[in-house]
Amino acid sequence: MPFGYVSPEQQMRDKADYARKGIARGRSVVVLQYEDGILFVAPNPSRALHKISEIYDKIGFAAVGRYNEFEALRLGGIRYADINGYTYARDDVTARGLANLYAQNLGQIFTESLKPFEVEIVVAEVGDSSDEDHIYRLTFDGSVFDEAGLVAMGGQAEAVAGRLKEHYRDGLSLAEALEAALFALTEPGGERFPASQLEVAVLDRNRPHRKFLRLSGPRLERLLSDGAPAAEAATQPAQPAQPESPLSAPETPGAPPTAPDGDIDTGANG
Amino acid sequence: MGSHRDLPAGMVNHIFTDTGSSSFTEFVRSHSPDLLPGRNETLATPVGDQIPHATTIVAAICAGGVVIAGDRRATSGNIISQRDMEKVFRTDDYSGMGIAGAASAGIEMARLYRVELEHYEKREGRTLSVEGKANRLATMIRGNLPMAMQGLAVVPLFAAYDPDVDGGRIFSYDVGGGPYEQRQHHAIGSGSIFARGALKKLYREGASPEDTVLTLIHALYDAADDDSATGGPDVIRKIWPVVAVITADGYHRLPDEEVGEFVRTVIDSRTNFPDGPIAPLR
Repeated sequence: MPFGYVSPEQQMRDKADYARKGIARGRSVVVLQYEDGILFVAPNPSRALHKISEIYDKIGFAAVGRYNEFEALRLGGIRYADINGYTYARDDVTARGLANLYAQNLGQIFTESLKPFEVEIVVAEVGDSSDEDHIYRLTFDGSVFDEAGLVAMGGQAEAVAGRLKEHYRDGLSLAEALEAALFALTEPGGERFPASQLEVAVLDRNRPHRKFLRLSGPRLERLLSDGAPAAEAATQPAQPAQPESPLSAPETPGAPPTAPDGDIDTGANG
Repeated sequence: MGSHRDLPAGMVNHIFTDTGSSSFTEFVRSHSPDLLPGRNETLATPVGDQIPHATTIVAAICAGGVVIAGDRRATSGNIISQRDMEKVFRTDDYSGMGIAGAASAGIEMARLYRVELEHYEKREGRTLSVEGKANRLATMIRGNLPMAMQGLAVVPLFAAYDPDVDGGRIFSYDVGGGPYEQRQHHAIGSGSIFARGALKKLYREGASPEDTVLTLIHALYDAADDDSATGGPDVIRKIWPVVAVITADGYHRLPDEEVGEFVRTVIDSRTNFPDGPIAPLR
């Protein structure tokens, strides 16, 4: 055996270990179904560097790991969706097609390049009913998992998924789903993430045209405070009725609904 | 396409090649240029009257936004090729465009333009400024100039809500591009001469969106009255103009029943005064 020979098994194992370690360093991201669609929650102190994004009318994207790597995947996904929607029709862009594209590329990178991508991503598509929702999880080696209902990835993914399963059931309201996600993302005994440290978005099947919507600012705070008592509803039967669905609340005037809230560089100040 | 070894970080698909630009059109040009409109070799003969043309679009600024409306007729020479064509399009949540000229090229341009705006927004995480949107449309029209010379001219009218001024804005174009910002109101297409005449007399600054819709339907009625290529309201088939109101609440296309009500008001008043409302002389 020549000196320095590494068996293919060993090579793959090393690469996989390397990628897994990179992914486990960050914080977890949670994606779960609720009654009107799919909810994405990521602890993220940055308002500009997103972990969650819109890909197309019905398709959303969430990622953990190295920012530059999943950003390249995100941009590629947007190009894939836009060019297919433009070539054919807007309904012909599916999460399955996008997941396949990502799987092909991630698989190739894992086997061919020296350093695998240290990312794990979710591609989710909202359908006309919850039966038609799809959540695909892709790992660094190009494996695709068709997930049912909920996903936790990155950081202490298994522990987070375990806590999420405790609180998850079919047909959660948005506030309840958000509460479940936050419960899962908070370590037992740890402090909750405040609204300013959270990146939250939904794919809401009841929205016209583009289903993706970022939730932030006052609307997110209202949802968080709605969710907290709802979780204790069993002990407090006298719940004040919610006057309206939080999503039907009017937009902040002048703010485009699909752009992130808060201070973003508009390029207007030179 | 080269081998995947030319690609960044071992990617196998050229969809991951970044052009460095946030423009969808730029990306299509490098990825699959045959998808872009206006790339055909120059036509041997001008096709002018042989393909359907879309006709009159009107727009006017109202309190808190802008209203844009278009008739439904498409003509090829003296033939009415479609009675219920839609030529006012939603381009994003806060803007819309109407097209006059070659219908096929116009529809394709509107489709590409919508993707162009969304692509930027998704990539950059912010919407383009209204000027940015208007300029981008100008470039697309200029790219169509060779085809325009062969009779495939497309001229859009662009209307948008601008959050910076909390009001509507209107931009017009010519076959060479533009944009030309219009104060108050504007009309394009074959019936625009007559529509503009009506708008001048009927337009009220700061009118409510409802009143402005009525003004525009009167203007379209006048255009259809005097221009054979513009379709009036079709009472038998219940085909009404397409009307969209763009305000801080976003782009809202009025449902047919609602437009039908406005059309009935216009027809009722014209039964007594066929030439429409009389503007005060002093």
